[in-house]
Amino acid sequence: MEKKWFTISVYSENSVGLLNRISGIFLKRHINIESLNVSKSEIDNVSKFTIVVYTTEDWVRNIVGQVEKQIEVIKTFYHTDEEIIYQESALFKIDSSLLFDERNIQNIIKESNSQIVTVSRDFFVLAKSGRRNEIDDMYQQLKPYGIMQFVRSGRIAVSKSEMQISALLKEFNL
Amino acid sequence: METLKKEKIESKKKETLRISGAEAIIHCLLAEGVDLIYGYPGGAIMPLYDELYKFQDKLTHILTRHEQGATHAAQGYARVTGKVGVAVATSGPGATNLVTGLADAQIDSTPMVCITGQVPRELLGSDAFQETDIIGISTPVTKWNCQVTKASEIPEVLAKAFYIARSGRPGPVLVDITKNAQFEEFDFTYEHCKGVRSYNPYPKPDPKSIISAAELINSAKKPLIVFGQGVILGEAEEQLKALVEKAGIPAAWTILGLSAMDTDHPLNVGMVGMHGNYAPNVLTNECDVFIAIGMRFDDRVTGSLATYAKQAKVIHFDIDPAEINKNVKADVAVLGNAKDTLGLILPLVNPNKHEEWHNIFKEKYEIEFEQVIKNDVHPTKEKLTMAEVIEEINLASGHKAIIVSDVGQHQMIACRYAKFKQSKSNVTSGGLGTMGFALPAAIGAKMGAMDREVVAIIGDGGYQMTIQELGTIFQNKTPVKIVVLNNDHLGMVRQWQELFFESRYASTVMVNPDFVKIAEGYSIQAKRISERKDLKATIQEMLASKDAYFLEVCVEKEDNVFPMVPSGASVSDIRLK
Repeated sequence: MEKKWFTISVYSENSVGLLNRISGIFLKRHINIESLNVSKSEIDNVSKFTIVVYTTEDWVRNIVGQVEKQIEVIKTFYHTDEEIIYQESALFKIDSSLLFDERNIQNIIKESNSQIVTVSRDFFVLAKSGRRNEIDDMYQQLKPYGIMQFVRSGRIAVSKSEMQISALLKEFNL
Repeated sequence: METLKKEKIESKKKETLRISGAEAIIHCLLAEGVDLIYGYPGGAIMPLYDELYKFQDKLTHILTRHEQGATHAAQGYARVTGKVGVAVATSGPGATNLVTGLADAQIDSTPMVCITGQVPRELLGSDAFQETDIIGISTPVTKWNCQVTKASEIPEVLAKAFYIARSGRPGPVLVDITKNAQFEEFDFTYEHCKGVRSYNPYPKPDPKSIISAAELINSAKKPLIVFGQGVILGEAEEQLKALVEKAGIPAAWTILGLSAMDTDHPLNVGMVGMHGNYAPNVLTNECDVFIAIGMRFDDRVTGSLATYAKQAKVIHFDIDPAEINKNVKADVAVLGNAKDTLGLILPLVNPNKHEEWHNIFKEKYEIEFEQVIKNDVHPTKEKLTMAEVIEEINLASGHKAIIVSDVGQHQMIACRYAKFKQSKSNVTSGGLGTMGFALPAAIGAKMGAMDREVVAIIGDGGYQMTIQELGTIFQNKTPVKIVVLNNDHLGMVRQWQELFFESRYASTVMVNPDFVKIAEGYSIQAKRISERKDLKATIQEMLASKDAYFLEVCVEKEDNVFPMVPSGASVSDIRLK
């Protein structure tokens, strides 16, 4: 079976140790987590894990079944890249002198649609949100000038189709 | 004073009472109907033990000789009673010693609650004496686990622990309680857990899937049922029997399903899997509808999945949605408790006999009888076989004993040949294959079913992994019958070495101690036999004994267990020799 990128969305209670429980399911199957993001969701007091893996659909189904089985997990979905809207964010810390000395830096900022978050005497910080390849392109363009620090977030995604959590919670509510 | 407190709690559950966390644990256990727990004391759990001392008239604590023994005893108790088994240990090594039992209970879906002591909250993360991250360690081998650092959290967490352990597909739960939480006083009230919003233990059966399954069963010419422990855990034995009899379907079992149906029932066609019976294994690949009930298609059952029941339509009854399509794709999946789903399907199933199909099972049984069973049970050679020992126990016990087996050749022989009339009578470590399981599990099984005979069947290897539990039997005068089938080898590994590693017996020969003397050291009546003429009388003597009894049977050293589906082979390629 062909390997693909899958984005797994886990709706759960916000409890200590659940991340360990979920990551253990990937570990047991020797499947690497390519990206992980944990945040609040559209429902009060419900957390959302967004996990990206590169594997086969059989494995992702198996994982989703095991994740959903965990007591504190409400519902788990998986989607291919075509079925979601997704983004990542990145921060670049760059020497402030370059902003004035290197004309091309300003072009890169404009063309990449990135924002200047802060400027100080010593450094400035660029924020860029977008697809992984857009961030990679920007990284490659800035690299020759020297990047003091770089960080990229995990993928965040919303599905094109509905994820019916509220209805499910109503059904569960006793 | 104590009685006053207790009465208050029992009469008015909602009324608060100012007590310590440790005492609260006792009240929670009593409220959950627990009257027997297994464990081992130590520093971080001492406040609880102090309360156990005060409540010993209500709650019996059995001191095992190792924490692993406490978990297996709790498992044995749970497996024969259907109730939640409870094991208690201290922090650090006490807690880590629970891990094997937790993993065993997790893979064999056994309801168990383990309570561990933990260093005081202010010392967490300081590498304190006997501090270990048991929550982190036990996460992959528990259905749920939780650390409690405040006394006030104890009632709610323990209520949830028992609910989760016993509901849906049962499993082990670990609750780690810091020492300060055991000492702290708080206003105690107890409410049973009635649900957890993110957890749906009993999926509602879908009427469409019930109808599809019934149609498929009614259309079948060569149907085969394979049932597992889901039937026992769901208490669906009557429904299974009714379905089998009404639809005339041959029914085979996994080793954890064993005893859910009378082994002498004419439609019971035996055991599937690596050392299962010839007919159900071979005919798995000839049936047209394969009906899996409360079983999970373990690799020891299926052999190579690429060639497993490919010709058949598969119906899978299970309570756990994660088991559907995990190993074998189901054409029809029926989610729910087996008792409910089988009950719903029964009126929709047409009466049938499938006589011709059943005759094929009989023919295949005859082949297995001639080539394997006859020589196992009625051997003509000089040395004793494991199977004839099991057969004598069957005869002497009238198929009424609870058989607790360890792991290895003797386990496969016990499961193949032991006869059962009653459910919850076969206790074995199926999924994890934990050597050392049987002796402590037999203690728990006996304490859970004092009116029944409990016979532990153990190999000389596994016996020595938890042999110290003889001390528990001695101290509590637990009348279990212990049969060690001694071949002076780690027999199953030796068999594989013979068959697949050109007889290079790497570390499988055992030089054994005098087991009789060891048992006698614990004042347990003990005997060793090696000749056929002594077998019947000794087994009768053992079963007639009102006390614990140890019997060592010296059996043929290099016997192999057949039939056998070699690892990774197809079930159709099962070997008879």
